[in-house]
Amino acid sequence: MEILDNLALGFSIAASPYTLMLAVIGCFLGTIIGALPGLGPSNGVAILIPITFTLGLDATSALVLMTSVYYGAMYGGRISSILLNIPGDEPALMTTLDGYPMAKAGRAGDALVLSGVASFVGAFLATIGLMLLAPMLARVAYVFGPAEYFALYLLAFCTLGGMASNNQAKAALASCLGLGIAMIGVDNTSGLPRLTGGNLHLYDGIDFLVAIVGLFAVAEVFFFIESHGKGSAVGVKLEKVTVPWKDIWDTRWTMLRSSGVGFIAGILPGAGASLGSFMAYMTEKSIAGEKGGFGTGVPKGIAAPEAGNNASAGGALIPMLTLGVPGSGTTAVLLALLMTLNITPGPTLFTERPEVVWGLIASLLIANFVLLAMNVPMVKVFVRVLQVPPAILLPGVTMISFVGIYSLSGSYFDLLLMIGFGVLGYVLRKLDIPTVPVILGILLGGNMEDALRRAMVLSDGEASYLFSSPIAIGLWVAAITGFVAPMFMRKLLKKPQRVTD
Amino acid sequence: MKTRILKALAVSAVIGMSATSVSAQAAECIAPANPGGGWDFTCRQIGKIMFDIGAVDKPIQVTNMSGAGGGLAYNYVVTERGDDDNLIIAASSATSTRLAQNAYAGMTADQVRFVGAIGADPGVIVVGKDSPFQSLNDLIDSILADPGSVAFAGGSATGGFDHLKPLMLLQRAGFTDISKIKYISLDGGADAITQTIGGFTQAMTGDMSEVVGFLKSGDVRVLAVLTDERVPGFDSIPTAKEQGYDVVAVNWRGLYVPKDVSDDTFNMWAGRLQQVADSPEWAEAMAANGLAPFTKVGGDFQGYIDGVVEEVRELSKELGVIQ
Repeated sequence: MEILDNLALGFSIAASPYTLMLAVIGCFLGTIIGALPGLGPSNGVAILIPITFTLGLDATSALVLMTSVYYGAMYGGRISSILLNIPGDEPALMTTLDGYPMAKAGRAGDALVLSGVASFVGAFLATIGLMLLAPMLARVAYVFGPAEYFALYLLAFCTLGGMASNNQAKAALASCLGLGIAMIGVDNTSGLPRLTGGNLHLYDGIDFLVAIVGLFAVAEVFFFIESHGKGSAVGVKLEKVTVPWKDIWDTRWTMLRSSGVGFIAGILPGAGASLGSFMAYMTEKSIAGEKGGFGTGVPKGIAAPEAGNNASAGGALIPMLTLGVPGSGTTAVLLALLMTLNITPGPTLFTERPEVVWGLIASLLIANFVLLAMNVPMVKVFVRVLQVPPAILLPGVTMISFVGIYSLSGSYFDLLLMIGFGVLGYVLRKLDIPTVPVILGILLGGNMEDALRRAMVLSDGEASYLFSSPIAIGLWVAAITGFVAPMFMRKLLKKPQRVTD
Repeated sequence: MKTRILKALAVSAVIGMSATSVSAQAAECIAPANPGGGWDFTCRQIGKIMFDIGAVDKPIQVTNMSGAGGGLAYNYVVTERGDDDNLIIAASSATSTRLAQNAYAGMTADQVRFVGAIGADPGVIVVGKDSPFQSLNDLIDSILADPGSVAFAGGSATGGFDHLKPLMLLQRAGFTDISKIKYISLDGGADAITQTIGGFTQAMTGDMSEVVGFLKSGDVRVLAVLTDERVPGFDSIPTAKEQGYDVVAVNWRGLYVPKDVSDDTFNMWAGRLQQVADSPEWAEAMAANGLAPFTKVGGDFQGYIDGVVEEVRELSKELGVIQ
């Protein structure tokens, strides 16, 4: 078989002792980078690129190291989500919803092992998918025009209402706030700055990492100060760490479905890992229904986003390699690395440079196994971090956040902004308004607006253009169903509960 | 346990610091954009070759400082690093276009010193392989007949360099009602091609480097390249000039340094840049990325920039892109 031959070629390149060592180092660094709030996969990879030049690595070795860091960071993002309720990177956002409640209920070890396994399943299946389907799936990007993208983002926002635990109005308010913040910066269509107050720092808009760290980490510190450390959210109990075989087996279909959803979200340029984990979580939540108990610390709520975000990491490599269109921030950085190594991704890369593509795929498979080995047995190490009293841990987290955010742009302005978001997060939580929709608004709002504006330019402002293709119509139907259905479902499901009570 | 968290903090500090700190001697190249774009390529490629051929002793540290389309880095260099001998900044036509259109909040081209350009990405007008347009004339005629029938996709913002290219061509054809021309801006040239191949837009305006891969795979057809002569290696692609539209638009890639460096420093960087331009490594990098030779280094380059800025300003006014 051609694929096996190609894979053999890949392993012959990637499986030398030296590259294996690089993979282990990359996975370890990646996990740490992913776990640190603020330092996500994209800036982690960007920071480490100079190291590959200093070491004088050749193209394949550099790729092995960087993709290990990439996958490692995707695994690592879950750790602080579960243990601290602070997402280590933006795709790990959804993992906080069930991971943290589970950790608080004394099952931190289980949550970490389960999410590690889910990450492995997602990433592994996506790598297989990448191997088998890449040249074919590249064509998917050609059928997504502005109208389809707009409907896709709309779908994400319409299912948002169900996510706020009990109040859709508050969730809608929060997402509007996020969308409003996303408007800040130079408007792509007219080239004019909006809501910037003439401040150059705001011309590119607000980096979502600044918002995430502010809303989660800094707000957490404010709550800690208010409570003088009493009953602080960070006091998680540690039980004996065992492998929760039952949970893993129970979530097998969740993992498989979420991998599929995440993979497809990853393939769409611009949608990326955040949308992947979000879609995976929402899909599983709607399948499980009210009784699934999503949001209270159920295993499926952890397995879904982790399988989803790791699968989308694999999926995002497809448009990057075959079209030169990065599907996420991190693949944009990997694209930069490839170009520096004089490798131009594009439709001909698979035929012209098979050693690069298959070496990369082989190294992804290797990185996956290394990460599984690293993340499941070594999980105790990460759980022990929790035994540090909050009075030391939280200032430590704050410091890491500041260093991480400062390294983004090297500007103190982002630090001020981050503190501002901390205050906002504190106020919102006091008002019982969820902060997750705010983040998603910031994350997807700009893309959604661009898609709408492009559609309007192409159609001379004709709104019917938005429903002009079968794909767009399908997405609209799904979006409307996703928004309306939970309202009725809730009534149907709640009434019998009241009777049985 | 304390030692454990301290170790974690130390690791994070080291990782964080490596992004921002610069050792005393190593030179720094600021790419005023996120990793992955043309400026990032310029810094990394030129920096790497300078080190490889021995023009500098230590690897050049690349800092990504995105913001305001390069304006943030420009402002930072002008106000905070005005006399730094160890600093170079990646620049391209986008830099001069934005300076010309006053998009850097009032800053002007004479607030830094442009060292030189050592390569240019030729502008191209591209259609999908199934497009009915066989030549630039077909495309222009169709727009003249019905301006709304053709939409362009490009990687720069509205009013940016990619947008100006079709407007310049149409101006030569005697069409000046630019508000009728549809243009959508996407996140980069590859995205713009994807939309064009998908049939959502009828043509793509961009740089040669952005279309090379798609050209080889046969997914697109280049209607015209916006250079004086045909580009070596792409000899079958006609220039716009041959087809009767005298438009030359290339995206040069080069460097600037802070304004208050000594003439010696300026000449040192110009010399190093010339060494890169003459190296086989650079020739190879250019060929792999669809760049055409375009070497203007040293004193002449500032004059060239002033000319370009003036030309783009006039054109932008004429086309109504700026007041």
